[in-house]
Amino acid sequence: MDIAVCIKRVPLLGSAIVLTADNMAIDTSKVGFGLSPHEECAVEAAVKLVEENGGSVTLINIGHIDGEEQIREQMAIGADRAILIDTNGAEPDPQAAATALADAISSDDTNFDLVLMGSESADYGGSQTGIRVAHKLGLPVVTSVKGLKIDSGIATCERAVGSTREVYTVPLPAVITVKDGLNIPRYASVPGRMKARKKPVDIKQVSFAGSRITTKQLVVPVQEAKGATNLGTGAEAADALVEVMKQIGVLS
Amino acid sequence: MILVYAEHDRGELDPVTLQAISAAKALDADVQAVVVGHGAKDVAAELAAFGAVSVHVGNHPELLDFTPRAHARAVNALVTANSPRAVIAGGTPRGNEVLGHLAAMRDEPFASECVSIELASGDTAEIVRARWGGNLLDEATVTSSLLIATVQAHAFAATSADAPLSVSEFDVELADGDVLVRVEDRVGSSAGGVGLAEAKVVVSGGRGMDGPDAFVMLEEIAGVIGGAVGCSRVVTSAGWRPHAEQVGQTGTKVAPDLYLACGISGATQHIAGCKSAKTLIAINTDSQAPIMGFADYMVVDNVHTFLPLFIEKLKAASN
Ligand SMILES: Cc1cc2nc3c(=O)[nH]c(=O)nc-3n(C[C@H](O)[C@H](O)[C@H](O)COP(=O)(O)OP(=O)(O)OC[C@H]3O[C@@H](n4cnc5c(N)ncnc54)[C@H](O)[C@@H]3O)c2cc1C
Repeated sequence: MDIAVCIKRVPLLGSAIVLTADNMAIDTSKVGFGLSPHEECAVEAAVKLVEENGGSVTLINIGHIDGEEQIREQMAIGADRAILIDTNGAEPDPQAAATALADAISSDDTNFDLVLMGSESADYGGSQTGIRVAHKLGLPVVTSVKGLKIDSGIATCERAVGSTREVYTVPLPAVITVKDGLNIPRYASVPGRMKARKKPVDIKQVSFAGSRITTKQLVVPVQEAKGATNLGTGAEAADALVEVMKQIGVLS
Repeated sequence: MILVYAEHDRGELDPVTLQAISAAKALDADVQAVVVGHGAKDVAAELAAFGAVSVHVGNHPELLDFTPRAHARAVNALVTANSPRAVIAGGTPRGNEVLGHLAAMRDEPFASECVSIELASGDTAEIVRARWGGNLLDEATVTSSLLIATVQAHAFAATSADAPLSVSEFDVELADGDVLVRVEDRVGSSAGGVGLAEAKVVVSGGRGMDGPDAFVMLEEIAGVIGGAVGCSRVVTSAGWRPHAEQVGQTGTKVAPDLYLACGISGATQHIAGCKSAKTLIAINTDSQAPIMGFADYMVVDNVHTFLPLFIEKLKAASN
């Protein structure tokens, strides 16, 4: 089974978002980068499927050229090769990203059986790139999948809705967007990291038209400091906590 | 005219759809709704009660349970026939999915998770959309004669606005493959007890719990006060607790009366899931942990020594 996994490099925010002086971007000068948990689960699922069935895992990343860092990290857990679509620092919108990803997938020498993506990116959260890729490739798409089994060319997908799970089946090839919780992504091993250094990354360039959704400014919603009341420690705090619970009506 | 995609589950309307109708009403009095699938007609009266002046019910013998691309196909036909200024839906997994298909079919931009929408002159609309699970707002201009947008859950209040019920049925014309992906079955979850999303009290643990064993204490507290156990992503990725219990941007969003955060630091992605709690109480050894900035009350102590004391007092108080 040959699987393409689309991944996006995003800043790893700590406990606060800091913007650049013009309020047009997140200040990333002091933060690291990584992937959304959704995409980490997508890579884990792909690697596992290939371990069980044979085949290959190709990572596809569109964005900054430094995305090679995230590519190597995911190669260390078992992805075989990657396509890095360099946007020359520009940020593609979902339409541009989907066009470039679909082009990369359809023009590749590998005929992919499955395209895995995150259900929504960590930063933009547009919930649409996977669907757009599927339309461009003429493939069916199942979104927000939290359970995935593949048998005889049919993918059985589960999606959490409240306290139940909806079941979808789809014949491959297909696009499936997945959610955190699909699996527990493994950690990279030292030999995995060594191997990752030598795996091939094809770099493509892409340029695209401007987005029809243009940001005027970003705003971090003001969160009024609540000024937490300190209940102290130990037995005294335990008594106080019981009292608070009575006051707010969760304990009668 | 603004068209609202009405989301329902076998005849039960999703509450965010009503919020979407109210958001649309603020832009244009002529709000029409489209609803598809088994039970679609049952929700028409409720849509009218919140102000939909016309309800389009799409029928097709193949369309029973939720079928995302076919629903988008039905919306698309109405868009072509009636040229609405905007198509709006609730910012739910289904609402985002159906409008994602619609946007892909028409190759139009799609602004998901909006918290504010204004239609400006000509082809532009001014929107504010939530990014990073709501931790960042993006003020943007959308240029298109058809605005496709979803509204973030709870960003708009649903207000009733009695419109006389006017239902028109239409046959949905499907394209190849439109019914390939649809709900075929539903299976119950293993999660017993109180559902996390609806729980009035969430007792949540993070890395500070130091392993799965200490969660027994959180279960005990939840048991006494009728709450649900939650956790941070560190906990699920270590395999201490199932992912169904994860609170946050990539977990469940909760809005309980009380959120009790035990050994959780308060990363933005965790806060994205619990900031709607009425009261947040944090138990943490570090009085400077970011979670304290969101807390109403704090206990600066070690969970392993504090929780046993607290459980004892809690049990005594509840007897
Ligand atoms: C795109 C993205 C999405 C994410 N989505 C989510 C999500 O949905 N949910 C989520 O939770 N995280 C999410 N994360 C991860 C998030 O960034 C944090 O890594 C995570 O929330 C931290 O979990 P924690 O608070 O348990 O651990 P830590 O940050 O390690 O904090 C542990 C806290 O416990 C305290 N502590 C330690 N020992 C004790 C003790 N004995 N008694 C009392 N206190 C103690 C410490 O002082 C510290 O404050 C996401 C990350 C990314 C990049």
